[in-house]
Amino acid sequence: MNNIKKNRIKDKAFKVWGIACTFLGLILLCIFIGSILIDGLQRIDWGFITNLPSRKAERAGIYTALMGSVWILIFTTIIALPLGIAAAIYLEEYAKESKLSSLLEVNISNLAGVPSIIYGLLGLEVFVRVMEMGASILAGSFTLALLILPIVIVSTREAIKAVPKSIRDASFALGASKWQTVSQQLLPASFGGILTGVILALSRAVGETAPLIVIGALAYVPFAPSSPMDEFSVLPIQIFNWISRPQHGFEINAAAAIIVLLLITFIMNGIAVYFRNRWQSKFK
Amino acid sequence: MELQFTLGTGGRVNSNKMKKDKDTIDKTLKRKHKLQAKEVKVFYDDFMAIKGIDMNIRANKITAFIGPSGCGKSTFLRLFNRMNDYVDGFRLEGEILIDGENIYKKKVNVEQLRKQVGMVFQKPNPFPKSIYENVAYGLKIQGIKDKNFLRQKVEDSLKQVGLWNEVKEDINKSALALSGGQQQRLCIARTLAVEPSIILMDEPTSALDPISTAKIEELIYELKEKYTIVIVTHNMQQAGRISDYTAFFYMGELIEYDKSKKLFTNPEKKQTENYITGRFG
Repeated sequence: MNNIKKNRIKDKAFKVWGIACTFLGLILLCIFIGSILIDGLQRIDWGFITNLPSRKAERAGIYTALMGSVWILIFTTIIALPLGIAAAIYLEEYAKESKLSSLLEVNISNLAGVPSIIYGLLGLEVFVRVMEMGASILAGSFTLALLILPIVIVSTREAIKAVPKSIRDASFALGASKWQTVSQQLLPASFGGILTGVILALSRAVGETAPLIVIGALAYVPFAPSSPMDEFSVLPIQIFNWISRPQHGFEINAAAAIIVLLLITFIMNGIAVYFRNRWQSKFK
Repeated sequence: MELQFTLGTGGRVNSNKMKKDKDTIDKTLKRKHKLQAKEVKVFYDDFMAIKGIDMNIRANKITAFIGPSGCGKSTFLRLFNRMNDYVDGFRLEGEILIDGENIYKKKVNVEQLRKQVGMVFQKPNPFPKSIYENVAYGLKIQGIKDKNFLRQKVEDSLKQVGLWNEVKEDINKSALALSGGQQQRLCIARTLAVEPSIILMDEPTSALDPISTAKIEELIYELKEKYTIVIVTHNMQQAGRISDYTAFFYMGELIEYDKSKKLFTNPEKKQTENYITGRFG
């Protein structure tokens, strides 16, 4: 009798503890977002989005940084997508089980865990200096593409792996070659999953600051970039820059810019979730 | 067998009688052995899954493979369209012949072979695409783009499996919306569309309800006019109902192979009798 009671108390205690743990993170996040909203919401208007940077806090806008982020996002996608998907297809469908392929797999997982500043140093040496791209959008995009490549590869592999083996069997049995099976069955069937992974990877890229600072992205750019070889700033760097200013007005600007950045990542994650849900129902 | 083959080639037939004899020759050709296995052993790494099988399978007949799970009948079936090639550690000794050609020779084009040897699987496995795309897929990957031809072929194939009237309004809807039995008939239609001469079926009704099963069996029976059919089944009644010949496999060996009537009523081997009477397996 006593034992049962004890167990029941333990059970309840753990439940309470679990709830507390779950809500702790959420509550902290809510407080953070709440205080940002209180500080920044008043500052957000169309002018804030479209104004160029300025020394006066109330006239400064995020236009150049926002455009920098958009350019970076586009070129990172262009670079990382074909590389990551091709690598994933190779590893999942073509590579035979060997020491080389397992070595590759271990290294790709390791790459996902390398601190982003290391990628920045790599980008500085390889893209900025050796390949003489300068602190350009292209150099930044290549650096971020390397950074998210492991995520793209891993999530694409998972998506391809989730296509039932029976689909491959059916395609092969009808006389399809491997490439026909990959391009006409596996990729369309795993499209949603791949997209989910890619969007999540990109939403990480859009928030990255350290590697871009290392390769020399500027805190102050007078105009929005107009070609991939232009110098650039991005939203997180702009935020970092504003926060480090002593004037109170820039703090409010930073809060407003954080709202914009959060909104972008939330929207991207939302799209990812949407595609994941749509895609999951496909094989049920 | 050898005699029939010589006659079939027409080598010794008087040339004046050639035309007259053409039908006879065709019939003779049809009667010849379509699929042959010669001293076939299959290994998965060190494990021997097939332990030396010799077998001749006749054209335009239904041959059933029966035996308990893990006896090697599915592995053996998949040798004829080389679907085991993708399995890690797979190795074959001996020869598999189709129309007298060794299909494991180096220069054999596996994709071409699989157009000749269609396959229907245990679980209906339509592509997550429209009904039309499912049937047209095998033709499209051959590079056929003619829309009218494809449409006609899709219609013909669906009619062949008796699915046309049920789905002709929904031809562009997802194949996954069909019932299990319809899906399996769609998979058969998809196989027929590429015009194989041989169809391998790996327990095609084991995932279906009795009514769908009856429909598929009826269909298989009709198909043997034009195709050589090999069917793996766990269902003894099914083998007895539809097959002309039955082969009993046990532990990677071919125990008995005979006309179905004989094998089910008067088996020669004790093991066969035990299995078909349900004493094990």
